[in-house]
Amino acid sequence: MQDLTDAFVELIRRAATLLPADMERALRKAREDEEPGSAAEGALDTILKNVEMSRAKSTPICQDTGTPIFTIHYPLGVSTRKLADQIRRACAIATEKGYLRPNAVDSLTGKNSGNNTGIDFPTMHFEEWDEEEIKVDLILKGGGCENVSTQYELPNNDLDAGRDLEGVRRVVLDAVHKAQGLGCAPGVLGVAVGGDRGTSYTKSKQLLLRPVDDTNEDSKLAELEDRLLEEGNQLGIGPMGFGGKTTLLGVKVGSLHRLPASYFVSVAYMCWANRRASMRVVGEEIIYA
Amino acid sequence: MRKLTIPISEQDIRALTVGEPVSLNGVMVTARDAAHKYMIDNFVKTHGAPPVAEVALYEELKKILGGGVIYHCGPVVQQTDGKWSFVAAGPTTSIREEPYQADVIGHFGVRAVIGKGGMGAKTLQACQDYGAVYLHAIGGAATFIAERVKEVLTVYKLDFGVPEAFWVIRVEDFPAVVTMDSHGGSLHKQIEEQSAKVLAGLL
Repeated sequence: MQDLTDAFVELIRRAATLLPADMERALRKAREDEEPGSAAEGALDTILKNVEMSRAKSTPICQDTGTPIFTIHYPLGVSTRKLADQIRRACAIATEKGYLRPNAVDSLTGKNSGNNTGIDFPTMHFEEWDEEEIKVDLILKGGGCENVSTQYELPNNDLDAGRDLEGVRRVVLDAVHKAQGLGCAPGVLGVAVGGDRGTSYTKSKQLLLRPVDDTNEDSKLAELEDRLLEEGNQLGIGPMGFGGKTTLLGVKVGSLHRLPASYFVSVAYMCWANRRASMRVVGEEIIYA
Repeated sequence: MRKLTIPISEQDIRALTVGEPVSLNGVMVTARDAAHKYMIDNFVKTHGAPPVAEVALYEELKKILGGGVIYHCGPVVQQTDGKWSFVAAGPTTSIREEPYQADVIGHFGVRAVIGKGGMGAKTLQACQDYGAVYLHAIGGAATFIAERVKEVLTVYKLDFGVPEAFWVIRVEDFPAVVTMDSHGGSLHKQIEEQSAKVLAGLL
């Protein structure tokens, strides 16, 4: 297998500096919807200018380049240990090049490793598949929005939320209200229903890989996504929490099997800087998307 | 847009109200979680008599923070030929400094704190008591804001790590919006209350 370290550095550069086209489109539409002269409109203007500048200068869209979350699909016979080594090396190189901020801090000593590698850092999920190519998806998830991400256990008496999609709706709206502007609204939500606490959170983040303007294949979940998007925006929190029409740009809901005793709802809040990038390794060729 | 030059007078701060856009010019310092805890432990709790090893930095910070500005920011930096520069430098979430901020404002006579997401009741009270404001920068607008940082003058406590160090910077036309003023006004409180009412209707 070829050494993919340089290709991973390029994947990181792309994720950190190029906002995906679907996100930029959603932000432009949001800007059109806000009141002329409002703080919300001003915030979105600055955001869009920043997106253009970051792309032109190849500098990070946001200084918090977050937790790099890699999902790697690979064919039978590929060494995941080698891929993991190359990804870790790529994180260190990308830090040196200024695409990533040194973000990995030893929780016991407080010492920053300085190169974005550490215990279980970056995050990597490996999945074998039937295709012959390797596919790597990367999300950079910042700390501000990670801190407002949350998990509920249903039933929840305070919110009168039972173990059904109506209960899910209630807790998700509560999460959006609690987040206010702290997660750098307007945000995108990944909502996982079910699983155990760990798989539920993981799934909620994986859902953020979906394009912001796609439609859920499950009609019930599609309906819930549309309703949550509309009602979330009715809250009026607005860009940066300044007040305004756009609090959310998208909601993505997925489900997992759960234990009879447990019903978790995990809400991954992603900031407007929803940074993701993908690459495929087809033979010798590297294709980015 | 009102232009503010650092150091800022109390009179200029008292003239600001929630919603007003401002642009800042002059020298400010970044400080976030580790830096705030450090200032409380070494300067505030010791009533201005820090351990010997910290005296020099205390004197420097007093010069910068008297009438000065704290920026909640952990930048992406680059060093070329020994000279630092900011590559990406948007605000970080301010509420984490809520336990410390009021005391730091009072101790040093800080006039403005820049960050994102707003702060709580204790900081709002300090803004009233000491004549200070909270300024909201645009979260995530890191390249845009880094371009307004014209020079990195020096860095202190780099051993805290790049994001947590005190970076002393000279800015020009640094844009922000007043979201907490020195008269008890808070846009964050207002939006929180309004959205709570809407939420109650949706549940």
